[in-house]
Amino acid sequence: MTQAQLGRAQDPLLAVRDVSVVFGGIIALNGVSFDMDQGQILGLIGPNGAGKTTLFNCLSRLYQPSSCDILMEGQSILSRPPHRIAEIGIGRTFQNVALFPNLSVLDNVRVGTHSRTNSDIISDSLRLAWVRRGEAELNERVHEIVSYLDLDDVAHVTVSGLPFGTQKRVELARALAAEPKILLLDEPAGGLNHEEVHVLGDLIRRIRDERHVTILLVEHHMGLVMSIADHVVALNFGRKLAEGTPAAVQSDPDVIRAYLGSKDQ
Amino acid sequence: MSAVEDVVTEAPAVEAVPKRAMTLGYGTSLVMLGLLIVAPMFVKNFIIFQLTMLLIYGLAVLALNILTGGSGQFSLGQSAFYAVGAYTSAILMEHVGMNYALTLPIAGIVCFGFGFLFGQPALRLSGVYLALATFALATAMPQLLKLGYFEHWTGGVQGLVVTKPDAPFGLPMSQDMWLYYFTLVVTIAIYIFSVNLLRSRSGRAFMAIRDNEIAASAMGIDVALYKTLAFGVSAGITGVAGGLGAITVQFVAPDGYTISLAINLFLGMVVGGVGWLPGSIVGSAFIIFVPNIAEGISKGLSGAVFGILLFLVIFLVPHGARQVAIVAQQLIGKLKKN
Repeated sequence: MTQAQLGRAQDPLLAVRDVSVVFGGIIALNGVSFDMDQGQILGLIGPNGAGKTTLFNCLSRLYQPSSCDILMEGQSILSRPPHRIAEIGIGRTFQNVALFPNLSVLDNVRVGTHSRTNSDIISDSLRLAWVRRGEAELNERVHEIVSYLDLDDVAHVTVSGLPFGTQKRVELARALAAEPKILLLDEPAGGLNHEEVHVLGDLIRRIRDERHVTILLVEHHMGLVMSIADHVVALNFGRKLAEGTPAAVQSDPDVIRAYLGSKDQ
Repeated sequence: MSAVEDVVTEAPAVEAVPKRAMTLGYGTSLVMLGLLIVAPMFVKNFIIFQLTMLLIYGLAVLALNILTGGSGQFSLGQSAFYAVGAYTSAILMEHVGMNYALTLPIAGIVCFGFGFLFGQPALRLSGVYLALATFALATAMPQLLKLGYFEHWTGGVQGLVVTKPDAPFGLPMSQDMWLYYFTLVVTIAIYIFSVNLLRSRSGRAFMAIRDNEIAASAMGIDVALYKTLAFGVSAGITGVAGGLGAITVQFVAPDGYTISLAINLFLGMVVGGVGWLPGSIVGSAFIIFVPNIAEGISKGLSGAVFGILLFLVIFLVPHGARQVAIVAQQLIGKLKKN
C-alpha cells in the first residue's frame, strides 16, 4: 500500500482515458477511464463479457479503440504498432497461455528479450564477436529469470510438454525478460487449483516488490484479486461500475448486483 | 555425443526437441564431412557430377527448410528463385565475362532482393494460400524467361550455354572433381551460416513467428519484417544453388526450372524432415537418386514405383530422416549401455 500511496504524488504511469471499442453494432467498451500508479497492483474485475480482455487488447494494441487515448508516462501509445509496445515497457501474458510451443523454456524466455536486444541477419549468420558477446550476456539474464521463477529443472524442455501451471510460469518469465514497467496479466489464475492460486498470489506480489513492476491484473478469481490488489476497477457491459480499494469495491451495491443479480431483475 | 542423443538423455519423460534440434552434433558432422570429402575420389566423373547436384539440391532444400521449418511459411515457388539465380550466374559469365565464383554472391543478392520483394505481398497470405501464390510464381517464371524482350540476354527458348571452369592453380583435378570441391566449400559455408542464423536472435524471431504470431508481436518482434527477411534469405540461398547448378550443368533453359523442380524441392524437405537442416542432404539424395532406382525397378512404370517408394517413406517415417536419426541414436545409446 505504501508504494501505491507514494506513487499518487506523481503522474500516473499509465492513464486510460475514455476508451471505447465497438465491434459491429456491439459496444464492447464504453468510455472507460482509470489511472495506474507506479508500483501498484491494479485488479480489473467484472463478469464474463464485461470488456476486460478487450481493454487488455487495446493496451497491447491488438485492437484499435474508436475514441479515447491511452497514455504511458504521458505519451500516447495509440500511434505505435503492436510490436513496438514491448519496448516502451508494457509486457503481457495471455489468457490461455500463448507460448512458442516448439521452443524450449530457455528459448521462449530468450525471445522475450527481443525488444531489449539488437541484431541483423548478416551479423547473426557470421556470428560476429559482438553477437557472441550479446548472446553471452543475454544467456546470463535469461538464466537469472529462469531461476527466479524456479524453472531450472525444465530449462531445456520444449514447452508444449509441460504442465499448464508450469507453462504459465514460463509465460511470466518470458514477459519479465522484456524488463517491463507494466505487466498485464490476463487471468493468470485460470485453470489453477486452490494451492497454485495461493502460490501465484505470492509470486505476483514478489515480482512487484523485487522487480519493481507495476501490475494490471485481469482476473475472475475474486479471492486472488481481493488479497493482492491495491486498487480495483470493476467493469460490466463495457462500463466502469466502481473503482476503489478492494474492500470498497466488494461492498459496492452495483458490483454485487452485477455479479449476483438483484431482486427486482 | 550428438544433438539427437540429447533428446533421449535430457528429457525422457516428454517428447522434447532439444536446444540444438535443428542441427547435428560435432561428431556426426565431422563424419559426414569426411564422407563428403572422400567420396568423389573413388567414383567416375558422372557420379561426381551427381554428387555435385546432390550438394546443390541440398542447398536448395536447406533454403526451403529455413523458410518453412524456420519461419513457418510454405513455398512451392522455389524453382523461380533457383531460375533467377541460375540465369544471373549464366548471364554474368557469358555476357559480362565475369569469373564464375564471383557470380554466386551476386546471384545470392539478386535473389535475396527478389525474395524480399515477393515476401511483401505474401505477408497477407498464409498456409495453403501462400503455397498457391508461390505456385503461381513458379508457373510464371519459365514463360517470363522466354519473353522476347529479354531474349538478347537470356537466349529465349534456346537458353544459354555456360563454360565449365577448370581447376585453378594447375591442380591435377578433373573439371568435375574441382567443381565438386568448390560446391562443397560453398555448401558447408552456407550450412554454417544457416545454423548460426537459426540459433541467433533473428532465428528465434523466425521460430517465434512460426509458433505464434500474436505472441511474437507482443514480444516486440516485427512480424512483417522477419517474414519477408525469411523469404529473402531463403531465396538468396536458393539463388546461389541455382548459380552453382548453372555452372555444373553448363546450361540454362527456361524448361529446366518448371514447377516440378519446386515440388521436388518441397518433397526433399519433407523426406529430410521439416525444420531439420542436416536432413536437407538426405532429402536431396531422395529426389536425385530415388527416381533412378525406380527406373531400375521398372522402366515403364518408373513414376508409379517412385510414388510407391515415396508413399512408403511418408507412411513409415512421417518426420523424415530426422525420425530415422533419432531412432538410430536411441539404438546406439542402448548398445553403449549394454
